[in-house]
Amino acid sequence: MTENTCQDHGQLKEIDEFIDQLAKQGSLDGKLIAILHKAQEIVGYLPDEVQAHIARRLSMPPAKVNGVVTFYSYFSTVPRGKYVVNICMGTACFVLGADKILEEFSKQLGIEPGQTTPDHMFTLNALRCVGACGLAPLAVVNEKLYGKITIDDVKKIIEEYKEGGVGNE
Amino acid sequence: MSKVTSQAQLRELREKYAAAMLLRDTPEIPVTSTEKSDGIAKKHVLLCTDTGCEAAEGSKIYDTFISELKANGIEKEVNVIKTGCFGFCKQGTCVKVFPEDVSYVMVTSNDVPEIVSSHLKNDEHVERLLFKDPITNELIHTQHEIPFYKGQVRIALRNCGLIAPTSIDEYIAQDGYEALSRSIFEMEPKEIIDKVKAANLRGRGGGGFPAGDKWESTARAVGEKKYVICNGDEGDPGAFMDRAILYGDPHSVLEAMAICGRAIGADEGVIYTRAEYPKAVKMLNAAIKQAEERGLLGDNILGSDFSFKISVTLGAGAFVCGESTALLNSAQGQRGEPRNKPPRTADKGLWFKPTSLNNVETFACVPPILIKGADWFKSIGTENSPGTKIFALAGKINTVGLIEVPMGITIREIVENIGGGVKDGKKLKAVQTGGPSGGCIAADGIDIEVDFDSLDAIGSMMGSGGMIVLDEDDCMVNVAKFYMDFIVEESCGKCTPCRVGTKRMLEILERITDGHGTEEDLVELENLSEVIQNTSLCGLGQSAPNPVVSTLKYFRDEYIAHVRDKKCPAGACTNMTSFRIIADKCIGCTVCAKVCPVSCISGELKQPHVIDQEKCVKCGACVDKCKFAAIVRE
Repeated sequence: MTENTCQDHGQLKEIDEFIDQLAKQGSLDGKLIAILHKAQEIVGYLPDEVQAHIARRLSMPPAKVNGVVTFYSYFSTVPRGKYVVNICMGTACFVLGADKILEEFSKQLGIEPGQTTPDHMFTLNALRCVGACGLAPLAVVNEKLYGKITIDDVKKIIEEYKEGGVGNE
Repeated sequence: MSKVTSQAQLRELREKYAAAMLLRDTPEIPVTSTEKSDGIAKKHVLLCTDTGCEAAEGSKIYDTFISELKANGIEKEVNVIKTGCFGFCKQGTCVKVFPEDVSYVMVTSNDVPEIVSSHLKNDEHVERLLFKDPITNELIHTQHEIPFYKGQVRIALRNCGLIAPTSIDEYIAQDGYEALSRSIFEMEPKEIIDKVKAANLRGRGGGGFPAGDKWESTARAVGEKKYVICNGDEGDPGAFMDRAILYGDPHSVLEAMAICGRAIGADEGVIYTRAEYPKAVKMLNAAIKQAEERGLLGDNILGSDFSFKISVTLGAGAFVCGESTALLNSAQGQRGEPRNKPPRTADKGLWFKPTSLNNVETFACVPPILIKGADWFKSIGTENSPGTKIFALAGKINTVGLIEVPMGITIREIVENIGGGVKDGKKLKAVQTGGPSGGCIAADGIDIEVDFDSLDAIGSMMGSGGMIVLDEDDCMVNVAKFYMDFIVEESCGKCTPCRVGTKRMLEILERITDGHGTEEDLVELENLSEVIQNTSLCGLGQSAPNPVVSTLKYFRDEYIAHVRDKKCPAGACTNMTSFRIIADKCIGCTVCAKVCPVSCISGELKQPHVIDQEKCVKCGACVDKCKFAAIVRE
């Protein structure tokens, strides 16, 4: 992921290629969310330059693109850490103490939910529901699920991903 | 994969694959075939690969099975099949062996060599991996003897955990696409609609609106272009039945959408689902491709003049998009804000064309209704809510999982029989249904029969099917606050009552749980609830106050204790809780003092300790560590 907000041309080109491919399949009407998903996958987040670029390509006001980006919780306008730690806050997890788990992650990482550590290693988020309620309470680090976690597990999970850890890429 | 170009060819294909499926025949889920199998694999190992079960080890269990079967030289005699969710999520990873129908629970890759060498090779069941009845301590061999499965009736989940969702042939073997072929070759569109109407299939997304009526209005609506939309935007926290179907039996939804298309005169369908479900999305896209290759979707289905295509559209994390008109806007790539009604979706839906929008579970019920008939469907469930409903049973319950039960079952039966009772022997306090739009059913009301109307009548709602069990340690004010926090976050902001009103309600609830609430606050909560319910545009806003209204109704004394006595009876609201060491019970082991993160516990060794109330952060760590029950939460 680049931290530099001036996106390198390779990434914008990749987004363009995706848009061209969609255009070949039919109208681009209604494809904004799909394009934003792809752009976020490529860039890691959706900075102003990327939003403006997409707006130009779709001939729509940047405000409209921004309106969509900020409406949905899946899209981020700030860079995220290498590892995104999501704590499921679905009801099943909540009643089994997910709020305490989130608090512990917050304490251990020294950041509030929604923030990223200064070294850009970790982003902490509360997630709605993963639908693996049998494993409640649970955390998801990037794609990997950790189920039935206790306060004591929090430190171990973080250690896995710290410098030199064995976390899966 | 060759195309199937007639109804006869489809039926030939079914007979061909049904023979292999016979191995998985059980009294509860009969597979449909007339011939016995021979010359094919002697055993089938079914392995749940849905999100919960795969979390622990990914594909390692499957890989170990494959290598162990080879090492034992029986790889040709045993097929290992990756399936969708068995529903028995608390016991994952679940593995079933057919034809014996033996269920193994909590299996890890380390257990696989033993299953292979003992059971698969020598027919000796691995007893240590069988489910042990928590009450009788008996080992249970087969799935249908496990209490969790008794009392369940599987219609929408009929194939989940039974077939390989990646195989369209296994779906076809289970009567798959037979209903679509009948609806094309043997029925007029009106007959299809009449049958769905006669079955009184009501919307499983929560509203309970009759699906047949929706189909009829859309069929009647004027317009060349029409759409079928499947609402798979399962935003209710704690509910995952739609994902289970989309992942475990995607073709059942695709087939039903095509049937709906045929009934209303549409040639295009869209499945709108959550970006949070990557596995289900991948499975759906693969299933669509297979169906197209088989000629069961796309142009000239089964050689007829009926054409229907389906695409998948992803949301981006917004609860309001489960509301039908918000979903339409989101599917058009816009902000998911609800539209004014009228016009109805049936007249002006996606791209303002006539659209029928139904939920995943609703669609999954359609093919069996067409094959077995409306009377069969109505023979299950209650008079006004026929059929079954899937619930995601979770919270403080022994067996967390996905269940499908006939409408009319009581909450007590679900909690006590299927769920195995409240966790850790605690006392049941309430059952919450309907998620952020629903309400709580108090412990003394759990003999209520579950259907759309009965739940509405007591101020809860069916919702999409989340069912959260709460015990004596749960504070109802805190639970209401949890849902209100959710709503404040998810309100789209279009209408003032919902945007501002829910925020004010949350502030009041925070005040109450912080110990600063007053009795006037309760009146204010009721006033705000009424305004929000009456003046919001969409279902999200109109139902947003429900968790507060229902807890105020059934647990008013708990609110009163918070605002009048500044006490939280459940001991969950930390600001109103204090910890005290009972001197008589404390032996001075110093464990609590060591575990305290702020070092606020002091005392000499072997002497009663004391907590400094000023410094205590009320984390509760000491209570959990004390072996002598000498620390109380007050």
